[in-house]
Amino acid sequence: MLDLIIEPLSLSFMQRALMLGIFLGVLCAVVGSYMIVQRMGMLAHAISHSVMAGLPIAYVVGLALSFGALVSGVLSALVLYLIESRSRVKTDTAMALILTSFVAIGVTLVSVLPGANRIDLIHILFGNILGVTMTEVWWTLAVTVIGVILVRLFFKELLFYTFDPKGAQASGLPVRWYNAALIVAMTVTIVVCLPTVGALLVVALLVAPAATAYLLVKELHQMMWVGSIIGALSSVIGMYLSYYLDAPSGASIVLVSFCFFCLAFLFSPSDGLLSNFWTQRKRSRLVDQDPQFIDQESRLVDQEY
Amino acid sequence: MLEVQNLSVNYRGNRALQDVSFFIPLGQLVGIIGPNGAGKSTLVEAMLNLIPATQGTVRFKGRALKNQLLKTSYVSQRSLVDWDYPITVWNVVMMAQTVQAGLFRGFNRQARHLAGAALERVGMYELRDRPIGELSGGQQQRVFLARALAKEAEFLIFDEPFTAVDRKTEDIIFEIFQELRAEGKTLMVINHDLGDSLAIYDQLLLLNKRLIAQGPRHEVVTSDNLERAYGRGLARVFA
Repeated sequence: MLDLIIEPLSLSFMQRALMLGIFLGVLCAVVGSYMIVQRMGMLAHAISHSVMAGLPIAYVVGLALSFGALVSGVLSALVLYLIESRSRVKTDTAMALILTSFVAIGVTLVSVLPGANRIDLIHILFGNILGVTMTEVWWTLAVTVIGVILVRLFFKELLFYTFDPKGAQASGLPVRWYNAALIVAMTVTIVVCLPTVGALLVVALLVAPAATAYLLVKELHQMMWVGSIIGALSSVIGMYLSYYLDAPSGASIVLVSFCFFCLAFLFSPSDGLLSNFWTQRKRSRLVDQDPQFIDQESRLVDQEY
Repeated sequence: MLEVQNLSVNYRGNRALQDVSFFIPLGQLVGIIGPNGAGKSTLVEAMLNLIPATQGTVRFKGRALKNQLLKTSYVSQRSLVDWDYPITVWNVVMMAQTVQAGLFRGFNRQARHLAGAALERVGMYELRDRPIGELSGGQQQRVFLARALAKEAEFLIFDEPFTAVDRKTEDIIFEIFQELRAEGKTLMVINHDLGDSLAIYDQLLLLNKRLIAQGPRHEVVTSDNLERAYGRGLARVFA
């Protein structure tokens, strides 16, 4: 059994994938926690697809592809904000419009711009954690460290802003900057994740571990800790599954993280579907044995209120 | 003194608030009443510069209110808050000291003392480690009241604090409002209800896009004024 785990690690591409998986697990859980409490999941989905518009331009101009992706992602968020704030069009409509239009720009430019057709669209869409370079690993580490430090430094301000935006603004916090910073952080995270899971699946990496943690704990910082562990585990287990089953790595990671979510959904002590069912059954059995149980229980609730 | 002069707000081409002007002496408890969509929340949000005003000035003790937000405490409508947010009662109340503590710094002992005392005052100290989502509507409102108290503000604004609260919470909020007034603080409270609860206010502002009337309850809640604000008379408003 131990051999099954250790043997692949003698290969350098597996070592790189392992490191990257752990860094991404932490980064995605920290940024993803804010996305969940801010309900930015669909925005992340739109941005993750919109980054495709910047790739062919960056390629032709000779810039790093990730830079093109970042600019394009932030630009899509800005256009979205403009449409939302200056028209009667609702958020979901604006997102659908931006997502598809930016993908269309990307696909068109890949065929139209000279030389851009050398971009591997399949790799962009689905990624491959087993094919990452050492440079990508270092970049991911740098982004993760910077991200975690910034969140630590601004934790109390971001907590206030994400919980009660109006209250935070009324206290004089520069809430527009915090909102912009969260969108940029989300876009950077998406860009960093692209080589691993690709544009189609990247949002799962941001959402699933943090959402799993959301069902298990009661505070934002705990969500980040637990989410980081679940995220790192998902990446590493998915990577091994991909290696042994010869399955696509991005999809394997996403499926493992969804399995973790399902476990929490069913068995979370406070929110789990089955846990609640068992608690209810236990309670009705107690009532059957002792009809005064309900009176005692409601007395306790009354005292508390 | 709190002075609001010619405050107007446009929302997507429509007038949400038009030329509202009033003065309030310090240390008063003021109620804002008016029909749905009258601009009650818009008024307080524009006063605090949360939404842009097309014109007008708001001054507190002679200086622009928007530059004195540390002296101001604002509790928004409960519908604007995500009550499933993963946060405990204690951390909600500590938010009061976020700006005072400063960037890159934790909360000091004084800040923690203020939060603890505020929670004691609203009867919620025992539940300080509970997630906010596990509390009843009334308890949640008391936690927000504690947060407002922990800021030690001079001017406090509450947007519909009596919505979805139990009788015990209502009594606690009334009591604390009166204590705050006795301490010389100025309070503005948006009140949806036109019943007996209006008796606690020193004066009322009746609003419907414009300021319809201002003064003590018996001068403001008249058939004529209500007709102008609600488009129907006293009997029908209370019916």
